[in-house]
Amino acid sequence: MKKFNYKDIFINKHVAISRAISMVENNDSQVAKFYDKIYKYSNEPVRIGVTGPPGAGKSTLVDKLISCFINDNKSVGVVAIDPSSPFSGGALLGDRVRMSKYSENNNVYIRSMGNRGDLGGLSRKAQEVGDILAASGKDIIIFETVGVGQAEHDIVNAADFTIVVLVPESGDEVQLMKAGIIEIADLFVINKSDRPGSKRIERTLVDILHAVSTEDGFIPDVMSSVATTGVGVKQIFDKIIRNIQLFDESGQLEKRRLRRYKNRIKALVVEKLEGIFWDLNRRRLFKNITSSIDSVANPPNSVVRKLLLNFDKEVK
Amino acid sequence: MERKIRIVMAKPGLDGHDRGIKVLASAYRDAGMEVIYLGLRQTPEMIVSAALQEDADVIALSSLNNAHNTIFPRIIEIMKEKEIEDVLLIGGGIIPKKDIESLEASGVGKLYGPGTPVNETIDYITNWVKKNRR
Repeated sequence: MKKFNYKDIFINKHVAISRAISMVENNDSQVAKFYDKIYKYSNEPVRIGVTGPPGAGKSTLVDKLISCFINDNKSVGVVAIDPSSPFSGGALLGDRVRMSKYSENNNVYIRSMGNRGDLGGLSRKAQEVGDILAASGKDIIIFETVGVGQAEHDIVNAADFTIVVLVPESGDEVQLMKAGIIEIADLFVINKSDRPGSKRIERTLVDILHAVSTEDGFIPDVMSSVATTGVGVKQIFDKIIRNIQLFDESGQLEKRRLRRYKNRIKALVVEKLEGIFWDLNRRRLFKNITSSIDSVANPPNSVVRKLLLNFDKEVK
Repeated sequence: MERKIRIVMAKPGLDGHDRGIKVLASAYRDAGMEVIYLGLRQTPEMIVSAALQEDADVIALSSLNNAHNTIFPRIIEIMKEKEIEDVLLIGGGIIPKKDIESLEASGVGKLYGPGTPVNETIDYITNWVKKNRR
């Protein structure tokens, strides 16, 4: 194994950042040795989430936004997530195809991740990966989710500011009124707005958003772009900067970070418990019990009870 | 959890024939690998920088335009510069036998020609990673 020194993360050494991210992804026991030391930097950058349906243009928009941030003298870290196969565990991570022109810029770091079974649109480890990028001194961290449908809204637990990218064909009024990703946006972008129907969906969204009551009275903006040619991107960038500043001044940013922090603790508890529960003995027990089952007649809960037997004592 | 093999796949230079690499990318995904697909018209710098940031175990290139004697040595050179010479560089495409021999002697991993069974390359990658990476 190559020599790894976590202190190299602080001086933006890509080899070290890259290793550290893999360790986090693979649940390496070494992570505990350095994680607390990098954590203290984790709230310095602003975290931006970009989500939306597959093929809406998230990667292309992120690519264009990276350019805007570089021109603004900001360093950028990107965590781009694509789905892992639930069958083979493999993944085809293709977000980099649209973000290839920054290879010579040391202030841009892009990392692709498979979601590895996480169904919320992110990967379980996405936030920790964000912490490592934060420790390397990035001013901005962008999380790009897998292509989502209606209910994958874990991005709000990772980002300070969430952009939902839609296309003119993204649905009628009733679709847009449903709960889920529509509720998490701080900014809507109608991408591919050179296609027919973009003005219609924009008006519909604005109407709906004005009828929704939010706790702080904040109404997200609806903007449009053609990310491939860059039309509208500068305006979106300016809006992001202005809104983040407003959030910061109003205390909203701090409030969100606190909420995120609490949710993260809950998620970590679940992860820990799962890890403890599925130890070797219980994996064996599960295999034994289920291999002797030859029909689905008994309620599954009867098997669950057998597996859970004595677990409460173990945790104590 | 079992560590996933991470493989960066790209077509370097001016070479638009990407059917083969796409078939392989899907096969490697089905073999449980995390394939970071870069696509067409990649420079050696772009490829190495991606492999570095992605902590790739393997770089796999498709070369059908006879630029292999320029591309592969240049990539080896940059890999050394960026301190990732412990990554396996492999490739496939139309590469004459004598060039394969000289490239493999210069530190490039296996280079495959048309008709190679996909599983042969999967076995090679899997075994190499098992033996050589952490």
